[in-house]
Amino acid sequence: MMDELLNDAVRQLLADQCTPAVVRAIEAGGSHAALWQQIENAGFADALVSEEAGGAGLNLADVFGMLELCGTYALPVPLGETMLARGLLAASGIARPPGSIALTLATRVSDGHIASALVGSGRIADHVLVQCDGQARLLRTADAIASAAVFPLDAALRWPIARWNAAPQLPDAVDLRSLQACVYAAQLSGALMAVFQRTLAHANEREQFGRPIGKFQAIQHQLSVISEHTFAARMAAQIGCRSDGIVPDRLCVAVAKARTSEAALEVAALAHAIHGAIGFTAEFDLQLFTRRLHLWRQAGGSESYWQDVVGTALLDGEHAMVLDLIRGVTDIH
Amino acid sequence: MSALDSLTLTAIPPEDEALREPVRAFLREALQDVPSRVRAKSWSGYDPAFSRALGQKGWLGITLPPAYGGGGRSAFARYVLVEEFLNWGAPVGSHWIADRQSAPLILRYGTEAQRQFYIPPICRGESFFCIGMSEPNAGSDLASVRTRATRTEAGWTLNGQKIWTTNAHHCQYMIALVRTSGDFGDRQKGLSQLIVDLSLPGVTVRPITDLSGDSHFCEVFFDNVQLQADALIGAEGKGWEQVNAELAFERSGPERLFSSIVLFDEWLAFVRTPAGRTPSALRLAGKIASQLAPLRAMSVAVTEKLTRGESPLVEAALVKDLGTGVEQFIPAAIADDLFSRESADVPLELLQTLSYVTHVAPSFSLRGGTRDILRGMIARGLGLR
Repeated sequence: MMDELLNDAVRQLLADQCTPAVVRAIEAGGSHAALWQQIENAGFADALVSEEAGGAGLNLADVFGMLELCGTYALPVPLGETMLARGLLAASGIARPPGSIALTLATRVSDGHIASALVGSGRIADHVLVQCDGQARLLRTADAIASAAVFPLDAALRWPIARWNAAPQLPDAVDLRSLQACVYAAQLSGALMAVFQRTLAHANEREQFGRPIGKFQAIQHQLSVISEHTFAARMAAQIGCRSDGIVPDRLCVAVAKARTSEAALEVAALAHAIHGAIGFTAEFDLQLFTRRLHLWRQAGGSESYWQDVVGTALLDGEHAMVLDLIRGVTDIH
Repeated sequence: MSALDSLTLTAIPPEDEALREPVRAFLREALQDVPSRVRAKSWSGYDPAFSRALGQKGWLGITLPPAYGGGGRSAFARYVLVEEFLNWGAPVGSHWIADRQSAPLILRYGTEAQRQFYIPPICRGESFFCIGMSEPNAGSDLASVRTRATRTEAGWTLNGQKIWTTNAHHCQYMIALVRTSGDFGDRQKGLSQLIVDLSLPGVTVRPITDLSGDSHFCEVFFDNVQLQADALIGAEGKGWEQVNAELAFERSGPERLFSSIVLFDEWLAFVRTPAGRTPSALRLAGKIASQLAPLRAMSVAVTEKLTRGESPLVEAALVKDLGTGVEQFIPAAIADDLFSRESADVPLELLQTLSYVTHVAPSFSLRGGTRDILRGMIARGLGLR
C-alpha cells in the first residue's frame, strides 16, 4: 500500500517533469539539474535509506515499481542507482553526499589510475560508487578525468589512485554487478511496458488499406508476442528485486537480467517492425525507449553473462531438479 | 491490459506447499525404476493403477468438496501436486482430464444428482473422462461443430463424430460439445455439453497412431446413440460459455511449462558429468532455467486468480503460448548441444528421451488451442478485435 502511494507520486512527478522533450534536451547536453532537483526535493532518492537515517525505510522489493517507472519515462538521471547507493551508504553509517550516484566496476591500471571504460550515467552523475579490487568506494565525478562513451549520458572515468585511497569505503564487500543488473532489469521492464503501450496505440491509430493496421491478424499476433515478452520480463524483474533488505540476491538478479534482456531484443525489433519508418525518426518518441532497450540489455551484463550465472548455479548447486532452483527464485513467503 | 498488470509474484500458501514433501516421497519411490524415456510421456502417460494409487492418497480431486470425495483444498494445492507429478514424469494421463477440468465442470454446472454420481469415482481414480471438442471440420474453428443431439421422449439421440480425442479408448465418459438446436451457421448459439457414456451401443472408438508410434488420441463415432435426459450438463444452449470457462483451467497450469522437463533434467545430469560439461551447455542450461522461472511465477499468479473464482482466459493464453515455446525449444536446443560435440559419449537413455520429446513437441502448441488461436485471444484482450 505504502509503495502504491509512492509509485503514484513518482509517476506523477515523472509524467510532469520527465517529458520526451526533457529527455531529448538532456541527452543533447542540456542541464539535468532542474530534473534532479525535483526528484531530490521529493525524497525519492532516499527510499532505501532507513527511517532513523532520514529515509523512507523501504526494502528493495518495495521499490520495484519506482525502478520500473524510471524505465517507463526513460529517466535520464540515475535515480535507481542513487537509491541503492544511498541505501548502502546509510546502512554503513557513511554520510550521504547530495546529488546522484552512479555505479561502476573499475580496474587498477598501470599508470596508477582507477579506471572504468563505461560508467552508466557517468557524464551526469555527481558521484560514483566504484568497485575495484574487492572494495567499494564513493568517488566524486568532478575528481575524475572523463572521456566520452558511446551513449551520450555515459562516460569513461579514471581517478588518480590518491583519490581512490582517500575516498570513503563501504565496510563490507558488495556485488556491484548484481546491483546494476537489478536496476537495469527493472528499468527494462518499465521501458518494455512503454514500448508495448506505444506500439499498441500506434497500431490502433495508423491506417493502411482502409483500416487501422491493428485490425490485421499479422499485426495482432506480433502485438500478442510483444505482450507475452513484456509480462514475462515484468515477472522476471520482480524476481530480481526480491529481497528483505536492500541487497538483491545474485541468482534472482541473474534470472531477471537474462530474461529482461532477451525480451528487450525481441520487443524492440517487433515494435519497430510495426511502426514502420516513422518509428525510425528522431522526432517520434519510440526511439527514446527502444534505444534504451538496447542500452540496458547491454548494461550490467547481457543475457549470456547472466545465463552463465544461472547455468553455473544449476550445474554446481545442490538441486538435482531444475524445478528446485526455479522454486528457490520464485517462491515468496 | 489492467488484468495483466496485476500479474505479480504470488505466494503459494504454506498449507498447500506442505503437500510437496509427501507427494515427492511417494513419487521418488514409485518411479525409481521407470526410465526417463517413459517418464517423458508425462501427462500423456497412461497408467490406471497409478491413478488409483493417487486417489487412495487423496491426491485426485483435491480442489473438490469433501462431500463428493474431494480434498476441499484450493487451486494452489492442486498446483503443487501437479507440478511434482510433471517434474517427476509420473504417468498421470488416465485421470488427467477428469481431475483437471471434467470434475470442476460437473461441480460448477451439474445437478446434485450428477455431482453425486460422477465426482466420487473421479476422486478415487476409477473414472476417466475425455474432452469431445474437435471434429474433422471443427478444429481451431470450434464453433462449427456438427455433431448433433436431438430430443427424444427419454432424452437425446446423438449422431456425429469427434476426433483427436485424447485417451477416448481408455475412458468411460466423454464430455462432448454438440449442437442441440439451430444450424451449422448459428455458430456459438445452440451448442450444449453432454456427458456420453462411451460403453453405450452406437459409440465406436478408433485409436489413431501418432508419429511417435503411440495411440493416445482417437476418432469417436456416434451412430444413433441413445442418451438419458440427464446426459445434459449445465444449461441447454450454454455449451460455448461452459467450454470457455473450462479452457481457463486447461491453459495456465504447470503442464504448459514442464512438458519437456524430464528431458531437461536428464540432459542436466549428463552436463553435470566431467564428460558432459561444456561452456555452451552451461549457458544453455541457464537460458532455459531463466525462461522457466518467470513463467512458473506467472502460472502461480494465474492460479491465484482461479482461487478467487476469476476466469483469466487471456492471462492463461499468454502463459500457454510462451510456455509451450520453451517446451519446444528444450528438445531442439538439447539436440543441437549434444550433436555439436566432436565426440559425444551420450547415454542412450538420454538420446531415446530426446528422440521421443522431439517427436511429440509439435503437439505442445496444438493441444488446448493452437498458437494462432491463443494469439488471437490475446489480441482480443488487448482490444484489437
